[in-house]
Amino acid sequence: MEPVPVKIVCNGTAYQLQVEPRTLLADLLRSDLGSKGTHIGCEHGVCGACTVLVDGEPMRSCLMLAVQADGRTIQTVESLELPDGSLNELQESFHEHHGLQCGYCTSGILMSLTALFNEDKAPSESRIRDYIQGHICRCTGYQQMIEACVELSGLRSKELS
Amino acid sequence: MIGERMTRREDLRLLRGKGQFVDDIDLPGVAHMAVVRSTQPHARILGIQCDEARSLPGVLGVFTASELEPMNRVWPVHLAHPALRTNDMRALAVDKVRYVGEPVAVVVAESRYLAEDACELVEVEYEPLPSSGDLRISLEMDTKIHANLEDNIAAHVVQRAGDVEKALGDSPHVIRETLRITRGGGHSMEGRAVAAKYDVSLGNYIVWDANQTPHQVRSLIAHCYGLPEDKIRVIAPPDVGGGFGPKAAKYPEDVIVPWLAMLLGRPVKFIEDRYEHFVSCAQEHLQEHNVEVGFTDDGLLLALKDHFYHDIGAYASSLIVPLIAGTTVPGPYRIPNLHIEFTSVFTNKVPSGSVRGSGRPQGIYVMERIMDMVAEELELDPAEVRRRNLIPADEFPYSVGLTFRDGSPLTYDSGNYPALFQKGLDAIDYAKHRNVQEELRKKGVLRGIGLSIGLEGVGIGPFEGATVRVESSGRAVVILGAPPQGQGFETTYAQVCSEFLGMDPEDIDVVTGDTATIPYGIGTFASRVVANAGPALAKAAAEVRTKLLETASSLLEASVDDLEVVRGDVRVKGMQAGVSIARVAQVANAGAPGVSLPKGAVAGLSATEYFAPERAGYSSSVQICVVEVDPETGEVEIIDWVVGHDCGRVINPLLVEGQVYGGIAHGLSNALYEESIYSEDGVPLTTSYLNYPIPSARELPGVRLYDQETLSPLNPLGVKGAGEAGTLGVPAVIIGAVEDALRPFGVKIRSCPLSPGMISDLIYEAKSQKGETM
Repeated sequence: MEPVPVKIVCNGTAYQLQVEPRTLLADLLRSDLGSKGTHIGCEHGVCGACTVLVDGEPMRSCLMLAVQADGRTIQTVESLELPDGSLNELQESFHEHHGLQCGYCTSGILMSLTALFNEDKAPSESRIRDYIQGHICRCTGYQQMIEACVELSGLRSKELS
Repeated sequence: MIGERMTRREDLRLLRGKGQFVDDIDLPGVAHMAVVRSTQPHARILGIQCDEARSLPGVLGVFTASELEPMNRVWPVHLAHPALRTNDMRALAVDKVRYVGEPVAVVVAESRYLAEDACELVEVEYEPLPSSGDLRISLEMDTKIHANLEDNIAAHVVQRAGDVEKALGDSPHVIRETLRITRGGGHSMEGRAVAAKYDVSLGNYIVWDANQTPHQVRSLIAHCYGLPEDKIRVIAPPDVGGGFGPKAAKYPEDVIVPWLAMLLGRPVKFIEDRYEHFVSCAQEHLQEHNVEVGFTDDGLLLALKDHFYHDIGAYASSLIVPLIAGTTVPGPYRIPNLHIEFTSVFTNKVPSGSVRGSGRPQGIYVMERIMDMVAEELELDPAEVRRRNLIPADEFPYSVGLTFRDGSPLTYDSGNYPALFQKGLDAIDYAKHRNVQEELRKKGVLRGIGLSIGLEGVGIGPFEGATVRVESSGRAVVILGAPPQGQGFETTYAQVCSEFLGMDPEDIDVVTGDTATIPYGIGTFASRVVANAGPALAKAAAEVRTKLLETASSLLEASVDDLEVVRGDVRVKGMQAGVSIARVAQVANAGAPGVSLPKGAVAGLSATEYFAPERAGYSSSVQICVVEVDPETGEVEIIDWVVGHDCGRVINPLLVEGQVYGGIAHGLSNALYEESIYSEDGVPLTTSYLNYPIPSARELPGVRLYDQETLSPLNPLGVKGAGEAGTLGVPAVIIGAVEDALRPFGVKIRSCPLSPGMISDLIYEAKSQKGETM
């Protein structure tokens, strides 16, 4: 099929592209949009590795066509670090608690958690587990990443009170 | 530095999405390969029509076995064993396919999309042959999966210690049971991945392979191409998205991709998708253990006979999994008479291979189920039966009387199993849980407690090497042959180097898994790297430290004994006088052209060492788990779970804990979730995560860890191995706990994995037999 025009804002940069209609958003992100941190794990919407934020909502970029993202704003893992280049507090907490091993699934998990922490400053452990239950991590057994999130949540709840 | 909970340097790039997995490597002009895979479990190939695929715009080539004939040689056996019968394996199927997923042809195109389009246009004409999706069918089937063999048996191996028949005859109690256990695939979140380019000017191939054993891949490519190994450079990138065993095997794409890069004059890459992972990447398949065990009135084991059948898949290049499974069965217990026998059977399934644990979870499952059966038979507490049979702490080295998979005697190097077990019982408060269980049972609550104690042969040889250099920049470099897949080698081996070189870990870089940087290596599998590469690195680092100090001594005109390494400098102890490491390295590594080195200075701050352990060491682990089963739905809820492990000296506790937690998740998945299901004729029925569940953070409970450190005498660091510890005892502990929960119904569980449906069926059957209405 003939390429169609698509306008996407990705990590703050506006793109105007010609995209073949069947192109998955994940593939567009990894090629033209330069987000190789978005990883493809299963291509059928179960593992969650390719999760990105589309207008702030976590979406599986392997289940979305690039053309469906026309006019939308996308955030990927590359957007998370602070303006000075240091890790943000979620990334930092993952680092401190050894919340990642091979790092392949991590990008997607960070994006889901970013959406959660945007919505709920200090989520409970149960809510954290619910929010990432759509992700498969084969390395960590999730325990240390949960600890990372629980600690972050605790710190934020202190700030709130 | 050794023993410190250091956070990982790898995280800094991975958390930013800046890792460099194979598919992320920028190769200008890269073409994409997709594979036409067999849709038949067993069939003759009558013809392959490629014309339509070749004419599709964007397709660069379609290649069958006849086009790739020059490199489509029979592969050497991965690990020879006298009992392993000849079964020829090649990159592309010739004349016949033996499993769904076997590569028949490949397509290279400008994009993966186009390559897959073209795969659809390749028409393969098959003549289906009788086929087998179960080892029992293979044993009865007239059709031979490998025509050169008279049956479908891949290997038959017997090991004995003592006189089992006599001991069984003399035993006051004998139990006979059949225990089945299936394990699925690795399911690293990154699938297999290979990219390659060919350097015309040098005639060299550069291959990036998400593989655990780059030096072995190099050997295979060299064999297939008829080239010396130094023409091939295989790099397992620093970022590989999980391995878990299947990536330690070698696959057709490893040899096809570089060849096509040469043929087409362009870089080529292949990225395995998830469907392909299900049908073309190694799995462990079924083992069916037929056990006879003899024991005294006190529950002391006298004899164990285990003949197990093992589904080895369509091709077998080693007997690693059954050899390990069989020799893991005796575990931490004294068993004077042993008979371990296995029959590996070809089926029309994807070739089997190691998956985290590599036969050990099966062996532990068998032994621990036996312990539970003995306890039930004698109406003893299962913890007490185990305690009575454990090898005491003062009996090391302990010889079992069998031969391990590494060819050395199965001799346990060190450990303290009773102490590790008791710590676990204390940590979970076993006695209290038994009391609570009794109270709850009166109320109809199905609560059960499972126990497992397992050993893990780790640190197997033959060797690993390490190079240490202090560069003229003042930084040190460690080069290891074995690559990581998430274990954090860059961090841990900087710690080991720091300990022996004296420089700060922050000043030490670690390079891994590149055949161009270290000539020989074996790879990352079997929890073996730290016990091989660790001592090699320690020795090389100590040598370089000596060279560093000797050269500094000549520059400072001070005795070596008076020098110390302090951050970036070598200093005279207790004084400010010193020289920077960079300066020392500039003298030793470059000097001044044509000018003699200062007297006493050493040329080249570099050393390479290899370490070859004489035999495997043995890590140990204890798991105690409390579960509750919902009698209506069959769902299993985990109430409490403690896991203790002893992996010798720990380099970095934070990372070892991560390994254990991750291993536990893999084990739980094996026990209650994932199962590869095939039709009777060998068609894979579970080829997506929609019907092959892997647990998420919702299913994984919090687990409490404890540890014990019993040093290994087999290497100067005292290390053993921890990569698989968490996984091994989980099928045993979970199945044991569920059976214990269902004890009021008298349910016997003799297979693994379990699903909620199976559990509620077991309850239903038990109730029906008792005449209870549902």
